[in-house]
Amino acid sequence: MSTKDNWPTWEVFTQQKNGAAHEHAGNVHAPDAEMALLNARDVYGRRQEAVNIWVVPSVAITASTPEDMGPFFEPGNDKMYRWPNYYKTPEGIKQI
Amino acid sequence: MNQPQIQEDEQKHVDAFNARIAAGKTIEPKDWMPEKYRKQLLRMMSQHAHSEVVGMLPEGNWLTRAPSLMRKAVLLAKVQDEAGHGLYIYSGAETLGTDRAEMIDQLLSGKAKYASIFNYPTLNWADMGAVGWLVDGAAIVNQTALAKCSYGPYARAMIRICKEENFHSKQGYQIMAHMMSGTKEQQEMAQDAINRFWWPVLMMFGPSDADSPNSDDLMKWKVKLYSNDDLRQRFIDRTVPQAEAIGIKIPDDKLKWNPTTRHYEFGEINFDELKSVITGNGPCNKLRMKQRNDAHKNGAWVREAAIAYAEKRAKE
Repeated sequence: MSTKDNWPTWEVFTQQKNGAAHEHAGNVHAPDAEMALLNARDVYGRRQEAVNIWVVPSVAITASTPEDMGPFFEPGNDKMYRWPNYYKTPEGIKQI
Repeated sequence: MNQPQIQEDEQKHVDAFNARIAAGKTIEPKDWMPEKYRKQLLRMMSQHAHSEVVGMLPEGNWLTRAPSLMRKAVLLAKVQDEAGHGLYIYSGAETLGTDRAEMIDQLLSGKAKYASIFNYPTLNWADMGAVGWLVDGAAIVNQTALAKCSYGPYARAMIRICKEENFHSKQGYQIMAHMMSGTKEQQEMAQDAINRFWWPVLMMFGPSDADSPNSDDLMKWKVKLYSNDDLRQRFIDRTVPQAEAIGIKIPDDKLKWNPTTRHYEFGEINFDELKSVITGNGPCNKLRMKQRNDAHKNGAWVREAAIAYAEKRAKE
């Protein structure tokens, strides 16, 4: 089978309702962006799962790797003071 | 690197992998995995995807002959879902490093397998009820378990599919219930469909545990969480009361509720028939392969046109 038969993949992001963030739904094969959008609608939006769809060529995505997991996210691990519940509030104070 | 060093590194990977599995974490495409895990998953997922695709054929047979416009719309929606399910699973399987085109090639050449049940004919409209209710019902039992499997892309595809598959089973059951409340001929048609489909559906869960060559590894890796026999039992337990509720008789003289085990006991399954169908000698194996190959060939112009259009647009 020629490579022509294996169309490139496009990652599909669907917005489930107006105002919501787009979420990754999966991917589709398509020869171009327009067809990718139509395929994405048929594959990931048959039951009103989307009011808006993005398609992005899969090759355009840069991702962190599993090996990165420790060191890459390390800077966030030891800074509990970034959460509000790190701070004690004097008794009797209901709101701050 | 010297040989002992390579072996030591490999062992570290294996240990980390096993620890992830034991902790109930999912394995993702870029994670290290044993070659055998990858191979077994690829076999299982591509077979599953092929089953969704070939599964469109027995029902497609009745699209133009549905008894009403509503039934036709419902069946069309179901068949379209099956195409979508095939796509979800192919897309999950591709993360293991094999192109969809290659998997489809393996299906078309007859090298790859698909679910044995689709090698049985759908002879009349009652079969659409039987297929939806029993075949999709069995698939739900199977897929609900797979939705918790260790490979992330497979599990996520299953969650999507299970959500949609409930409608498939329900519309089939409704066809059956409707026919069972009809004329004597309609009732006989419905019963006849169950008589033909019941045993082949039980075979969908695969060989018995004692004779299931791939099960050990798959269970160890939590790809399969329940054995073939466990899932089969679960299907029977939930289906028998549904049959009784609409007056369908399950064609098994040995079927009996066991109040102690709280499970149904059932007769012996003819696994020789399953073996024969899997190895290509079922009633419709050749027909399905021909239909699938024809569909692929007849659709070639659409794929070519899509590429030509994309290339033309790219030049503009």
